[in-house]
Amino acid sequence: MKFRISRYNPDVDSEPYMQEFDIEVSRGMMLRDALLEVKRQDETFNFRHSCGEGVCGSDGVNVNGTNKLACITAIADLKEPVEVRPFPGRPIIRDLVVDMSQFYQQYKAVDPWLVREDPMPEQEILQSPEDRDKLDGLYECIMCGCCSTSCPSFWWNPEKFHGPQALLSAWRFLADSRDQATDERLDKLEGPYKLFRCHTIMNCVEVCPKGLNPTQAIGNIKNLMLKKAI
Amino acid sequence: MALNKRRFDALIIGAGGAGLNAAVQFANTNARVAVVSKVFPTRSHTVAAQGGVNAALANVMPDNWHWHMFDTVKGSDYLGDQDSIEYMCREAIPTVYELEHNGVPFSRLDNGKIYQRAFGGQSQNFGGAQAARTCAAADRTGHAILHSLYQQNVRARTHFFDEYFAIDLIRDNEGAILGALVLEIETGEPLLIEAKATVLATGGCGQVFRTTSNAHINTGDGMAMALRAGVPLMDMEFYQFHPTGIAGKGMLITEGVRGEGGYLINKDGERFMERYAPNAKDLASRDVVSRAIVTEVKEGRGCGPNGDHVLLKLDHLGEEIIQKRLPGIRESGKIFAGVDAAVEPLPVFPTAHYIMGGIPTDRYGRVIVPHGSGEEVVPGLYAAGEAACVSVHGANRLGGNSLLDILVFGRAAGLHVLDNMEEHHRPMNEDSVDQAMQSLQRWDRKGDGLSVRELRDEFRKTMEDHAGVFRTEEIMSEGVEKIKALRKKMDDVVLTDHSKVFNTARIEALELQNLMDCGIALAASALARKESRGAHSRPDYPDRNDAEWMKHSLYYLEGDRIDFKPVQTKPLTVDSFPPKERVY
Repeated sequence: MKFRISRYNPDVDSEPYMQEFDIEVSRGMMLRDALLEVKRQDETFNFRHSCGEGVCGSDGVNVNGTNKLACITAIADLKEPVEVRPFPGRPIIRDLVVDMSQFYQQYKAVDPWLVREDPMPEQEILQSPEDRDKLDGLYECIMCGCCSTSCPSFWWNPEKFHGPQALLSAWRFLADSRDQATDERLDKLEGPYKLFRCHTIMNCVEVCPKGLNPTQAIGNIKNLMLKKAI
Repeated sequence: MALNKRRFDALIIGAGGAGLNAAVQFANTNARVAVVSKVFPTRSHTVAAQGGVNAALANVMPDNWHWHMFDTVKGSDYLGDQDSIEYMCREAIPTVYELEHNGVPFSRLDNGKIYQRAFGGQSQNFGGAQAARTCAAADRTGHAILHSLYQQNVRARTHFFDEYFAIDLIRDNEGAILGALVLEIETGEPLLIEAKATVLATGGCGQVFRTTSNAHINTGDGMAMALRAGVPLMDMEFYQFHPTGIAGKGMLITEGVRGEGGYLINKDGERFMERYAPNAKDLASRDVVSRAIVTEVKEGRGCGPNGDHVLLKLDHLGEEIIQKRLPGIRESGKIFAGVDAAVEPLPVFPTAHYIMGGIPTDRYGRVIVPHGSGEEVVPGLYAAGEAACVSVHGANRLGGNSLLDILVFGRAAGLHVLDNMEEHHRPMNEDSVDQAMQSLQRWDRKGDGLSVRELRDEFRKTMEDHAGVFRTEEIMSEGVEKIKALRKKMDDVVLTDHSKVFNTARIEALELQNLMDCGIALAASALARKESRGAHSRPDYPDRNDAEWMKHSLYYLEGDRIDFKPVQTKPLTVDSFPPKERVY
């Protein structure tokens, strides 16, 4: 099967180019297996990967125009030639490896941790199963970056717009019955960019490899703000 | 060019559960801590832990830390150190509450308390009825814990060196550890980090085997660094094969499936664990279940066209329970086996999973080595988590005790570092720095030679064939020789990529060196132990031999020497659990 892979080494290349590889595919093969095959043919090829089962979030790449996690993308589902590029909109470090620091900074900017003002009980803070259910679809985020790097609003304003991943994380804590910083969290999201740059294009929902819905989370934050304003 | 240097009070290498729970202890203190990780912290392999963390909270049925302790000692096949085990089982309870307070989204019971499920090897009242001790966040507990710990470290403004690879420890002539030489992967620049205390929290070495549940990054870096610094590795022959990896692929299917009521069947549809463990059945200890599966397949009762696996049935639990408690494995089954576990059984076979052995430590995380007739602490060096062997797992680890181990002893190490901080840094030892630099610069060599890939493939296959599940004298002694020969070949390996920028070929070469050091420790220790105990199963010595072998083994890199030390059978406050025949 033909693969066209984006290559770039800042030591020698002035800009990225596409290189073709012929990879023998086998049944059940994932895109990560194919990329490992490429590395067997050419050890100068670089990409991030680790767990191989879709939980560590290392191997997000752009495949035939869509952001995907390589380790859970079946080769059988891809159109030939398979074009593999780094995430769009991020500075390329080398080959498929991009600089994700802005993405991580946006995550850190939403205070992604549980805030509790009350003294801690001796045992667990109680939470009903119904309240816990509200975290399903939120806490599972693996921070792969597929969503934010497919978001045009994030492409244009990565330093000001939090992006879908960070906003999903913001809602994960707003939705947690144990958290006691709702007002502070909402205040921090005010302004024209951080939250409100989302134009519900919904690329994030389409690409999320874990089936999460950042657009809905963003909508929920907006509703909560509205409620608070009234 | 002068080597860049940074100074911190403490250096933590590894950002999984152990490293992050050590680091978070430094929040709100004046001590400066650096965390070095070769991947962004949430990519660490703790993220892949599924089933949960054990603590006798008694949320579902009666429980007690003392029962947890008994189960752990028995599970260890009496090789675990009972002082450390008592400490861990007592500490489990506040540790899980602390995690919950830190935001971990545990699943909940109707009364609002943390959900607990049954896991293998758990009992009430010292070997009685099945207990439910494993605290779970669906089947993504490791992910939930790792992310929460990272979040707490972000809150604490922990200084992270993300995507820095640790090359070697720096030590002075007295053997004290002064920090480490690390490599910034993005730029290819080395950096010397000086620290008064260094914590190795680098995880396991599952990549020594070809079929493994372990991630690409689990290459035993910290264990190999310790070996090269003259520290022996303890109990390395005890490698756990998890009973239920996806057949032919190795991805993990949590024990929680059986905890929720799933069970194993052979080609005749027989629930075969009833024959091997009449009481605990599918929730017997992992070594017992793995051996049973291998026996079924060897005796011709395996499933599939090649009869090379068994089936894990859970569809009878109903779609609702599966979606609520086991959503992650349903997803994995669909992706990697093409099977919807809510409809059909999953094809499974044991997969390399966890190293019980590691860097020997006491219960404060301090690395300890034999000295004279006793032991001494290696000044400035700590280890925690899978990289360490405080010896709570002995010859076989219970499911749910791994997350517990990393959290309890990561925390203990962090606190001990803080409470015993030296006032000053010891003077740097330039010879040791030069040595570490040489092991990096060695990869600048050009010309013809072997590739990392060729040698790695051969090594991992050799490990699987000669140090895996089947361990006879003949197979293993041949294996040790083969692995030593492969280690020699390391000298002939040459890279074709000499670029500085994000050169993963160079990282993989450094990792292969580490894998080889761990692999030979594993194989040599396995060859030395002439008995069967826990995960170490020898057809030529089928019985446990407490008179001669109830002792820990120690492997030294220098001369591939094996030594032994006694098991600590005396707990901290309670009576010792004397060795008994182990039946489930």
